[in-house]
Amino acid sequence: MTAPLIRIEDLHKDYVTGAGRVPALDGIDLEIGAGEFVAIMGPSGSGKSTFMNILGCLDSPTRGRYLFAGEDVAGLDADRLAAVRSGAIGFVFQGFNLLARMDALDNVALPLVYAGVARASRRRRAAELLERVGLGRHAHHRPAQLSGGQQQRVAIARALVNAPRLVLADEPTGNLDTHTSVEIMRIFAELNREQGLTLVLVTHEADIAGYARRLVRFRDGRIAGDEVAGGGAP
Amino acid sequence: MKLDDLAGEAWRALGANRLRSALTMLGMVIGVGAVVLMLAIGAGAQYMVNRAIASMGTNLFIVLSGASTSGGLRFGAGTTPTLTLDDAEAIGELPTVAAVAPIAPGTAQFVYGASNWSTLVRGTTPGYLKVRDWPLAEGRMFTRAEVRSSARVVILGQTVIENLFGGADPLGRVVRINSSPYTVIGTLAPKGQSLDGRDQDDVAIIPVTTAQRQLFGSRFPGTVRYLLVQARSPKLMQRARRQMEALLRQRHRIPAGQPDDFTIRNLTALAQTASRTARVLSIMLGAIASISLLVGGIGIMNIMLVSVTERTREIGIRMAVGARSRDVLLQFLLEAVILSILGSLVGAALGVGIAWLVSELVAMTVVVTLWSIVLAVVVAAAIGIFFGWYPARRAARLRPIEALRYE
Ligand SMILES: Nc1ncnc2c1ncn2[C@@H]1O[C@H](COP(=O)(O)OP(=O)(O)OP(=O)(O)O)[C@@H](O)[C@H]1O
Ligand SMILES: [Mg+2]
Repeated sequence: MTAPLIRIEDLHKDYVTGAGRVPALDGIDLEIGAGEFVAIMGPSGSGKSTFMNILGCLDSPTRGRYLFAGEDVAGLDADRLAAVRSGAIGFVFQGFNLLARMDALDNVALPLVYAGVARASRRRRAAELLERVGLGRHAHHRPAQLSGGQQQRVAIARALVNAPRLVLADEPTGNLDTHTSVEIMRIFAELNREQGLTLVLVTHEADIAGYARRLVRFRDGRIAGDEVAGGGAP
Repeated sequence: MKLDDLAGEAWRALGANRLRSALTMLGMVIGVGAVVLMLAIGAGAQYMVNRAIASMGTNLFIVLSGASTSGGLRFGAGTTPTLTLDDAEAIGELPTVAAVAPIAPGTAQFVYGASNWSTLVRGTTPGYLKVRDWPLAEGRMFTRAEVRSSARVVILGQTVIENLFGGADPLGRVVRINSSPYTVIGTLAPKGQSLDGRDQDDVAIIPVTTAQRQLFGSRFPGTVRYLLVQARSPKLMQRARRQMEALLRQRHRIPAGQPDDFTIRNLTALAQTASRTARVLSIMLGAIASISLLVGGIGIMNIMLVSVTERTREIGIRMAVGARSRDVLLQFLLEAVILSILGSLVGAALGVGIAWLVSELVAMTVVVTLWSIVLAVVVAAAIGIFFGWYPARRAARLRPIEALRYE
């Protein structure tokens, strides 16, 4: 077995509010290997989003170790974290989070701007990925001119554009109807199967989680279960 | 992130809200326009004053008949002439004095052919040209011998020549001054306006004796209205004044303790005061205009703060996909600087345009200098950076998750 892409040891995250300390994550230990497709489920407030943010280097843990591709990223400063995000991580959000001013192509190309890629290759690569998510003909539509499912596909293309080692999706189908959700999940499953993309996804729906090959359950900031899921079954 | 990408992002962000960007820029347009215009007006005033001063002559005293009190000239000063041609001669002998010109002024009617023109005539001596640093355009000055013999010769200023002769050559012609014939022996080089805005070229010069005895006559023969005296150097001005005072008191037999019956004024010092006043005026105009520049800068800061708040989520998204805080800082800073520089360029063009209109319509001298435009644009850019810095910092310091969560 190769070294895991993600190794997390005794990870804690406390939020300090007016009411006192809220332990959102309370000692997480987890390993995720390259090429895995993991779904995370759990009741509301169990710390799933908090965990995803730390996983995606958007936030730092209060305590504990986080090794990403062998590098300890738990104590990195904001700019180093930005560099890790820019080079190795893609996000898909529940609310799509596209920039309304830009057309689909420019939205997809945005991460490459910050990675310092030249304009011509940016556009070529973005067009390629739009093609892959089936939106080749919508390259010059703005988010407002696209349906929810189409917007989420643009977001997936954006998450993939700088060839990340890890894609994180926090409730990516939360704002979509069942039919569209299925479309999106098929894209994810295909990316994982055919390109070996490492995927971690948060969902509240069992049939969405069913596309993953491993299911991690959260409860009160701890891991309450870790099992093989539907997508992994033969 | 590359600079051209950064500029592209900034430009696009500004383009997304055109009306707001334009209105924000308007603050800078007005500020820079006002600065350029005011500096042009100030520089114009200074230019006029300096030119008038240069045309006046250097190290110059005027000696008037009559005493002065601390509050100014005593009543009647200059009306009872006490200064004589001999006084002028004696002052001319002083070691500190370079040249003296007694002046007997008056107005007279000039006729040449069908043209006639009324102008100021100064009766004086050959020293006049030296005292006033006034070269001849053509011909010659009258001589001391011609002064002694009260010759009927005249030297004409350019305005008089224009009005009497049109394009013709006046040298050697005979003009009638108050009906008597005078030969034109020289013409004066053009001088332009004086400090008080009079046309200095509307003048004619004749020997002082001719003026006194023939043209104007005098109730007090042998006296002149005033003397112009040029000291040898700026350093000798004080010495020259003291020597003149002593000399005139002695010549006029004024007992100790009695006030002078003449007044010596330092024209050069007066001119320097005028020049300083013009400079202060121009600085003040610029300073007042700079306030509007400052207001423009505050407008930029205000809009950038609003913009940062409005675009918090956008900032979060950019950070999530790999933007560093420096990228965010530079983008917002660049937006502010683009607004201020673009505004300042438009403002400079507007200022130059209005300055030109003013000079055309109001016949006021305005001098648009390149440095004033460069200064205004550089200051505007600095203002953009200064007032853009705080909002940009605020944007750059946002934490990605909080920015993403912002509604
Ligand atoms: N910024 C914050 N400040 C204070 N407390 C927070 C903050 N974010 C989350 N929490 C708290 O941390 C706990 C975990 O929240 P988190 O958002 O990770 O839950 P979740 O599992 O994603 O829930 P959901 O399924 O509703 O999205 C909750 O108790 C929440 O109130
Ligand atoms: Mg959540």
